[in-house]
Amino acid sequence: MGARWPGSPLSVDDIMVDAVGVERTYDLGGVSVPALRGVSLTVAAGDYVALVGPSGSGKSTLMHLLGGLDRPSGGQLFIGGRDVSTLSPAEMAELRNRTIGFVFQAFHLLARTSALDNVGLPLVYRGLGARARREKAAAMLGRVGLGHRLNHRPNQLSGGEQQRVAIARALVTDPAVLLADEPTGNLDTATGASVLTLLDDLNANAGVAVVLVTHDRDVAARGRRQIRMRDGLIVEEAAA
Amino acid sequence: MRLAEAWRVALGALRANRLRSGLTMLGVVIGVAAVVVLVALGTGVRRQVEAQVEGLGSNLLIVVPGRLDIGSAPALSRLTLDDVEAVTRVVGDPGQVAVTVTSGETVRAGTRSRFTSVLGVLETTPRVFIRRVSRGAYLSSSDVDTSRRVAVLGAGVARALFGERDPVGQQITIAGVRFRVIGVFAPLGQSLGVDRDDEVHIPVTTAHRLFGTNRIDGIAVKAPDRETIGALGDRIVKVLQDRHPDTEFSAVTQEQILGVLGDILSVLTAVLAAIAGISLLVGGVGVSNIMLVSVRERTSEIGLRKAVGARPRDIGLQFLLEAVLLTSLGGVVGMALGIAAALLVSALSPVPAAVTGWSIAVAFGVSAAVGIIFGVVPAQRAGRLDPVVALRAE
Repeated sequence: MGARWPGSPLSVDDIMVDAVGVERTYDLGGVSVPALRGVSLTVAAGDYVALVGPSGSGKSTLMHLLGGLDRPSGGQLFIGGRDVSTLSPAEMAELRNRTIGFVFQAFHLLARTSALDNVGLPLVYRGLGARARREKAAAMLGRVGLGHRLNHRPNQLSGGEQQRVAIARALVTDPAVLLADEPTGNLDTATGASVLTLLDDLNANAGVAVVLVTHDRDVAARGRRQIRMRDGLIVEEAAA
Repeated sequence: MRLAEAWRVALGALRANRLRSGLTMLGVVIGVAAVVVLVALGTGVRRQVEAQVEGLGSNLLIVVPGRLDIGSAPALSRLTLDDVEAVTRVVGDPGQVAVTVTSGETVRAGTRSRFTSVLGVLETTPRVFIRRVSRGAYLSSSDVDTSRRVAVLGAGVARALFGERDPVGQQITIAGVRFRVIGVFAPLGQSLGVDRDDEVHIPVTTAHRLFGTNRIDGIAVKAPDRETIGALGDRIVKVLQDRHPDTEFSAVTQEQILGVLGDILSVLTAVLAAIAGISLLVGGVGVSNIMLVSVRERTSEIGLRKAVGARPRDIGLQFLLEAVLLTSLGGVVGMALGIAAALLVSALSPVPAAVTGWSIAVAFGVSAAVGIIFGVVPAQRAGRLDPVVALRAE
């Protein structure tokens, strides 16, 4: 089995995402291109994992798998205790909604939509009413320090504010795991640092497991576990 | 709740691309408007024709040589007044039998002249058909018996020859022969494309001399009631057949004429609607096209929605609603435009237009269906997008 949290063995309930020898091969015009060549990784409750590696090392592919956006070509992947190979696309969507929160480099906020409604979006697919959505979204925006920006649209917010909205959106469903793909890639150093501090704080105080994908070693240093990838394989794991 | 979101998003997307949505809608608007207008015109014309055929009089039986079929050439008549007598014996009441022999002739009064239909008839005509004389009197039986040169003018002929003057008692010439005007018909208007005010009635006996013939073109009989009309027609045809073994005769009722005309006009209306439907189809293709563009444009949004938990169905529904909204809105606008155009045509031209509830319902239903049919493929495509690929799109 793959790399484990150093120290005491984990109970099944503590394992949020478990990749066992996963492979992912892309078919590019008849040529099979391996992106992951047998990667095992367990993300437990409260983990803070930094995935580092050069571009093309497979870290983004791994993150997509861990988040249930993609399925492995080989090996086994469990999210929230469920083997994703048995799930339909609709069930995968539900699993993402309940278990995972995503933060992307490009923020991926809906234009022409207020911060409040952007944050409330995942709750739409949970079937929550408009009022309940807005209450939860407002509370979450308060937690990321944007309580005064509820009705601003993305183009009225700074980059750092937009990423905070995206983090609030990722957290509004109380996910077990927050997956952040280069969350500071589009931000200047100071703004990036404040976003990362927010992630640290959420991990430390809210108990959300964070998986941070980055090619920046300074950013990666914030993770308690640092996993280096190269050519579709994990080459090194270090605990801070 | 998910439906409400899909609705909200669809509306927002249409609003965000007003010009594009409007242009796309235009195809549906034109298609639906065309369907509504053409069906309204077809229906209006059919109703008018039906009213006119019914307006000829009730329980009418028209006996003509040959077969009353669309497409068959009119047969040369061999009927004479002797045949009319035979038919009258079958009917019993001479007052219920009318005849006609028609010829196009030039009618003059002073310096004015007009080429019109001159009908040789019996004095029974106003009783068999519904014809009202507004001035003077109609032909009498003695006019017919003694071949008097007297004429009853249609309202149009009277106006053409005498303007506002009273023609009764005035002299006219028909084909150079002098006649005295004894009456003028009340105006009737158009019937089956014929101006019924553009005719002159003279006694059939006078007409035979004038036209140099002893034939008559057809016999019309007013049956005592609706139930016996078929049997009466059969008996009349049989009598005529016995007298002219080498000629075929037919007796047709208004219902049969209505049936034939109604069929023709229904087919015509259906053809017009189908042609209009093609433009609706083209509009639908436009909707499909623009929906594919919309899906492509919002690929990244689709990826994000999927990442936060939208199922393929949620995404598909969102785009399907957008397409249906687009076409339904276009349908409503097209309907309004079609109704307005139909009313305008009705008001400004002699062609009547009848906007029927069913044509509106069908037009609206079809436009919504076009949205579903042409929205399904783009919606499915959106729903099936791979979230990873979709997120990468910008």
